[in-house]
Amino acid sequence: MTKKDIANWGNYPVIESDEKSVSFTNDIQQYAATTKNFIARGNGRCYGDASLAEQTISTLKYDKILSFDTEKGILECESGLTLDKILEVIVPKGWFLPVTPGTKFITVGGAVASDVHGKNHHVDGSFSAHVMEMDVILASGEMITCSPSSYTDLFWATCGGMGLTGIIGRVKFDLKKIESSYIKQKQVKAKNLEEVIRLFEEYKHYTYSVAWIDCLKKGKNFGRSILILGEHAKQDELPENKKKEPLKLPAKKQITFPFTLPSFVLNTFTVKAFNFLYYGKNFKREINNVVSYEPFFYPLDAILHWNRGYGKKGFVQYQFVLPLESKQGLIEILQRISDQGLGSFLAVLKVFGKQDDLISFPMEGYTLALDFPVRKGLFEFLDQLDQVVLKYGGRLYMSKDARMDPSVLKAGYKRLPEFMDIVKKYNPEARIRSVQSDRLALTTN
Amino acid sequence: MPSTVLILGATSDMAVALAKKFASKGHNIQLAARNAERLKSLQSDLSIRYNITSSIHEFDAVKFEQHQSFWDSLNPKPDITISVMGYMNDNDKVIAEQGETLKTIHTNYTGPVSILNIAANEYMAKQQGTIAGISSVAGMRGRQSNYIYGSAKAGFTAYLSGLRNKLFHHKVHVLTVLPGFVYTKMTEHLNLPKLLTAQPENVADAVYKGIQKKKNIVFVKWFWRWIMLIITSVPEFMFKKKKL
Repeated sequence: MTKKDIANWGNYPVIESDEKSVSFTNDIQQYAATTKNFIARGNGRCYGDASLAEQTISTLKYDKILSFDTEKGILECESGLTLDKILEVIVPKGWFLPVTPGTKFITVGGAVASDVHGKNHHVDGSFSAHVMEMDVILASGEMITCSPSSYTDLFWATCGGMGLTGIIGRVKFDLKKIESSYIKQKQVKAKNLEEVIRLFEEYKHYTYSVAWIDCLKKGKNFGRSILILGEHAKQDELPENKKKEPLKLPAKKQITFPFTLPSFVLNTFTVKAFNFLYYGKNFKREINNVVSYEPFFYPLDAILHWNRGYGKKGFVQYQFVLPLESKQGLIEILQRISDQGLGSFLAVLKVFGKQDDLISFPMEGYTLALDFPVRKGLFEFLDQLDQVVLKYGGRLYMSKDARMDPSVLKAGYKRLPEFMDIVKKYNPEARIRSVQSDRLALTTN
Repeated sequence: MPSTVLILGATSDMAVALAKKFASKGHNIQLAARNAERLKSLQSDLSIRYNITSSIHEFDAVKFEQHQSFWDSLNPKPDITISVMGYMNDNDKVIAEQGETLKTIHTNYTGPVSILNIAANEYMAKQQGTIAGISSVAGMRGRQSNYIYGSAKAGFTAYLSGLRNKLFHHKVHVLTVLPGFVYTKMTEHLNLPKLLTAQPENVADAVYKGIQKKKNIVFVKWFWRWIMLIITSVPEFMFKKKKL
């Protein structure tokens, strides 16, 4: 075995690991039964230190489509298959992913382990709401098929469980019917935070909604935003030139971020300039158009390795959710970020619908995601933000996390003890563990 | 009528890439491996993704006595036969254990020759068909670190060369593929130089193109031809002192 350096999307932290690829279920079983201190790893698109461990088992070659019911819209695949490959198969047949995060370069296993959400959470819930059943390979090597009606404890501890119950094998989930591969998009500018929150309410019947928010503006333009709304376009809503081939896949246009930018490039000034341009590009208050699903759902996937823009030291993404009644908390946090001058290119606001699962991140309320390049003083500042999040009854997203204190996790996730009991039941010796699970005291010797 | 491609040794990463490449071009695929159970997921994947027919077949490179009945059971007979079989273990182990020595030789040389002869005879009689063999640059010169594998591949390369010469006169095309380093499960534990190492998909592309253009020998990455030219040019009295 040779050790190699691995990191997730935030390029922080970087650790040495023995990575082993597998293609077959029984090889996974054998690996699980004979390996110590390992975690399953997909495409490494979580941001922090989940899916990092001394030993990692890569599922990227475990990526076969096992069945696709084109009548009912049900897909069954191995966990290493990435969403971009799924879209290539299902879109031409009139189906779409039930839930997709902002990148299509994640695996199905990752989607389950992080229980990912998308712009339609308030309508369709998170990914786990669409999983019909899945196989989990336990540390013992035994494989169990679980679902919302069978081995329910294992099922719910695996959805959002960051891979700690076992290695996710086969996953069967439902798809969303579409008439075209296009999105009817509406963009509405909001002058400030009050207005964007009002707009979320006004447009809550839209399937997809998310807001980009400028977190450096102060005064009466505090929290100015662009609300982005969308619906899958019906065939008759397409412009004439697109009607001929309504389910056409978008052309592959990708550029690669060629090198890692020096860390100093990102500063308050450049972020302000970016925000000015981004907000200003929408000249009119409201824009309505029809776009391909690609730029609507995955604007950043067009730039491969965009994470290099944050420099060698990497970055952390900070994503929290606050209950609906805690609008004040949102204001307080944005205020602190603005005062600190720690603006982020990507500040994304979204209103979650109801969800109350064992260990999944989403719950009804406001969720805000921000990128911060790693630099001196950042972690201390984020520790302060954690306390504000907790004060207002919120919590942080583990898939984005690389630094929170175990106490913050415990205070945010009320059912954590129950989750840990289930992990102990299926992974009794904690042989399955990650840098994150050790840091968060989810796995101990 | 879509043509059918037989892939021998279909559980390897290169075989998966080859199967996907040919399926994406509309060919039907016959997957053959020792453990056919393992091919089921790839079979469903190919059929769903590319809307082609794929079948799975049990085939063991070292069970020579079964090769003829295996070939007879194929229906239809493949238009293109690709041998991807290969086995590489740590050379110290391979020279210490006779079982490993023979497994290396049989999987890389004797087995492929045995089955490709059967295919070649049929193609020769029909005056059409294509055979592609995945050999290795390791067969171009024996090195202390890998000479059992290397010598078996050397034999295979020489076999393919002779076969090409013979079958040329019967309108049958034979392609020799000499990949250098490739990132696969077989080489995952090695620290391969990034610039010199290909992905399995590169091999698949090279094979596809090589068959289209009726090439004789293809190196997956062009510079391997020159690297090997240098390696084979070093005089033996010097070469033997090197730690390669």
